[in-house]
Amino acid sequence: MSMKKLMLGNEAFARGLYEAGCRVVSSYPGTPSTEITEKVAEYDEVYAEWAPNEKVAMETALGVSIGGARAFCGMKHVGLNVAADPLYTASYTGVNAGLVIAVADDQGMHSSQNEQDSRHHAIASKVPMLEPSDSGECKEFVKRAFEISENFDTPVIVRMSTRVAHSQSVVEISERREIGLKEYTKKPEKYVMMPAYAKGRHVFVEERTEKLREYAETSPLNRAEISEKAEFGVITNGAAYQYTKEALGERASVLKLGIVNPLPVELIKDFCKKYKKIYIIEELDGIIESHCRNIGVNNVVGKEIFSCIGEINQSVIAEKILGRVNNFQQLDENIPVRPPVMCAGCPHRGLFYCLKKLGVMVSGDIGCYTLGASAPLSAMDTTICMGASVSGLHGFNKARGADSEHRSVAVIGDSTFIHSGITGLVNIAYNNSNSTVIILDNSITGMTGHQQNPTTGKNLKGEPAYAVNLEELCKAVGIKRVRVTDPYKLAETEQVIREELEADEASVIISRRPCALLKYVKHSPALKVSGEKCVGCKACMKLGCPAISIRNKKAVIDHTQCVGCGICKEQCKFGAIE
Amino acid sequence: MEIKSIMIVGVGGQGSLLASRLLGNVLLAQGYDVKVSEVHGMSQRGGSVVTYVKYGEKVYSPVIEKGEADMIISFELLESARSLPYLKEGGKLITSTQQIDPMPVITGNMEYPENLAEKLSEKAKVIAVDALSLAEQAGSAKASNVVLMGVLASRTDYPEELWQNALKECVPAKFLELNKKAFELGRSV
Repeated sequence: MSMKKLMLGNEAFARGLYEAGCRVVSSYPGTPSTEITEKVAEYDEVYAEWAPNEKVAMETALGVSIGGARAFCGMKHVGLNVAADPLYTASYTGVNAGLVIAVADDQGMHSSQNEQDSRHHAIASKVPMLEPSDSGECKEFVKRAFEISENFDTPVIVRMSTRVAHSQSVVEISERREIGLKEYTKKPEKYVMMPAYAKGRHVFVEERTEKLREYAETSPLNRAEISEKAEFGVITNGAAYQYTKEALGERASVLKLGIVNPLPVELIKDFCKKYKKIYIIEELDGIIESHCRNIGVNNVVGKEIFSCIGEINQSVIAEKILGRVNNFQQLDENIPVRPPVMCAGCPHRGLFYCLKKLGVMVSGDIGCYTLGASAPLSAMDTTICMGASVSGLHGFNKARGADSEHRSVAVIGDSTFIHSGITGLVNIAYNNSNSTVIILDNSITGMTGHQQNPTTGKNLKGEPAYAVNLEELCKAVGIKRVRVTDPYKLAETEQVIREELEADEASVIISRRPCALLKYVKHSPALKVSGEKCVGCKACMKLGCPAISIRNKKAVIDHTQCVGCGICKEQCKFGAIE
Repeated sequence: MEIKSIMIVGVGGQGSLLASRLLGNVLLAQGYDVKVSEVHGMSQRGGSVVTYVKYGEKVYSPVIEKGEADMIISFELLESARSLPYLKEGGKLITSTQQIDPMPVITGNMEYPENLAEKLSEKAKVIAVDALSLAEQAGSAKASNVVLMGVLASRTDYPEELWQNALKECVPAKFLELNKKAFELGRSV
């Protein structure tokens, strides 16, 4: 079977896992990595699951590998920070069957809280890293990654980026190659990483890196594309390769690095000898550039002209190297920005409206509800990383004492709470701060596009699964005051928050209402504004609902967006919304 | 051949992903190398959404930069205005006349600019279509995206069969008839 298909990079990655005979997948969702795992779950031959967080996912995948089956786990760049602990020691144990890890960087921060360059993790953990530049390569590199993993006894990271993960390009499909279960033999010197054994494995890791470097010198994953008309050379990787080819065409010879760790030495030296000037075109940090200087190659130009902030593209390259700038037109008009907003009917809206009204300090977290920081709700003080709302609030209250405890809350989603909020809550109970934690339970992992999690009662394949009981869980770690409220009911929700802030012990409020975009959620008919009753006071506008706007000094509701949640109706003192 | 670039712009939730997939499938079936770049994650939540479709003999970069688009298909007027700088000189803009207020307008900090369709016409070749009404006529306001694909189809010469196949491939079976109708209404504009 052979056919050409247009595939997302992530979909092609999943196809590569399937074709390579991968048997078990454990991941945690995170843009732009999520679709790899969603797509691979569609193949019956692959067992795939959502783990509670990236650390669990990676440890599971390592267990699969030691158990003798080809394994995969996927995550976004910040997820690799969570999974860094197992990664750095999995580097020492190596594998039994192949272990491939996807990490998706988000150059330009389309959907992330930082712009870290994950190549640093590969370098620090001494794990090889491959980087494809289109969907076809995603599929091929995954298959190659399994071979490298087994041949060199190492986990292999495949680095994705937003543009590679979320661009579709043409992929040639082939058959799956079934790989049998490998034998498992007890080898404590390889898998028990206590000092005596780990010392031996560290020696192995250093030797392996040298072997991988030799492999990188001649591997087809690194290739020089020599142009006879070349005026200069370019060394590049990932999406930047595509921008380079489009901007420079035959004016440059290109050394495309598909293995970004470890980097070759002789290959680079030979290439750089050919041209007077070499441009290093890499997104984010100047890692290839530093490597060149370290090995004594100094005719390179990199971060002095290409920023380490955001994405590179063909226009930037054409401008910086060729001095070419496109003409374009624009309107002589101040065009309002259109930032992302909470959807019409979003259950988070009512909760944040109450928090804004109460004027409390809000320790925030990662998810759709981070949009609570935006105007007009503007009800968030901090957002750092997953779980930090809960532990950060405890710290804030330890700094500022009892007065602060009655005027501050943490907000965290159901999936994020299971990911790493629960440990912070244990700390609140154990080390006794009178903190108020609000779990925004919308029965799904929302921002990444509706993934199941341990609280939803379904697994990745949509089959029934055990659902964690949040109330019981919070009580079990020592929180005596656990309340549930419906964020569509503003007055009730505000009252519950007031009471828990006043209470002299720690409490959890579960703000429970499924995401309005879930297919099973039944909506009420769209609401209408009575033009006669509306006085144009704009009280409803304070909710920041995208379905409500003002036309001719009266509120109007867009019937295509409104799902009849009714919080604007509760807000209207003139009974104008029906 | 030279690489051709088509940009699809709109507001998160308006269905730009489906539109770009339809177009990508048609172009692939036509024998081109194709790249389609999408936006997922936070930007999808009611924010400005941009997808790129590029085709030709060999396409490298999946993104479109200022002054590069041969055509822009826009689901919303303000987004048309925002994307104008991406249009190549002599490029074409197909826009829905639908207006959706962004948050700075909802909160009263800014005004939605007036007469955008006319102002855009002074700068570029503009085809303005009431895609929302046509979509509602077809059975769902959500089908504006497919209406605009119909408009695009009538301005390009790819065989009807390819569009029909792409619709079958990309649209869930229970919405196929509705979308076929929306496509036809767009085509006859």
